Amino acid sequence: MSGFYRVLPQPVMSLLILGLWLILAPAPTLGQVLIGLILAIALPWATRGFWPDRPRLTNIGAALRLLAVFLADVIMANLVVARQILGPVGRLRPAFLEVPLDLRDPFVATLLGSIVSLTPGTVSAEIDRERWVLQVHVLHLEDSAEAVALIKARYEAPLRKVFRC
Amino acid sequence: MLMEILVSLLILVGGAFALLGSVGLARLPDFFMRLHGPTKATTLGVGSVVLAALVHGGLGEEGGGLRELAITLFLFITAPVTAHLLSKAALAERRRQERTQKQS
Repeated sequence: MSGFYRVLPQPVMSLLILGLWLILAPAPTLGQVLIGLILAIALPWATRGFWPDRPRLTNIGAALRLLAVFLADVIMANLVVARQILGPVGRLRPAFLEVPLDLRDPFVATLLGSIVSLTPGTVSAEIDRERWVLQVHVLHLEDSAEAVALIKARYEAPLRKVFRC
Repeated sequence: MLMEILVSLLILVGGAFALLGSVGLARLPDFFMRLHGPTKATTLGVGSVVLAALVHGGLGEEGGGLRELAITLFLFITAPVTAHLLSKAALAERRRQERTQKQS
């Protein structure tokens, strides 16, 4: 088993790379499959130093539920931002917000940061991995405690369920 | 006919959101606020255009629409990473300015 992970440190990523290569290739010929295979083995191997540990996707159901919530929120986010951009800009109250994290996995923290960036009113500015705080910029802040609680309940809790961390 | 209307609508919506992102970039007053427009609007903007291509080409197209799916995936990965790096750089720059102001 350990030998398997030495050749393929990120099996899921390898599969993704191979799949994406074949999708992007003009035609799935033998040569393209070979190039895809080489990339699928070489890329995770070359970047293995940047992946300190393997967070495991353990709860597919929770992942799908989070994906559905996320996609709906992306559409909402666009409508909200559109209204704010076209509305009276001077009335917006931008602010930085610190979200204390319960999760302790750098990969999942990055994922949370990305989700926050694409969902209503917030862009993640920095992930502090010493204090485990996510710094978020809010375009229009009304209640900071409420905003923090929303991010934690809506995205962090499900993410922790998905990766069990 | 119905398909053509749907495709046109999706392209229009996509174009509108892409435009909105740029308008936000121009109208909003400071760097961090400006980040919000392009980060969000482009995802739905390009997302709609890709969806239009998917409806137009249908599943009969070579690749079966998987290529459009890959474009969406790349976009959703790269947009927040770009925003994150930009704001990280801006934060560092602001701290540096604050330090030099204190010193002078």
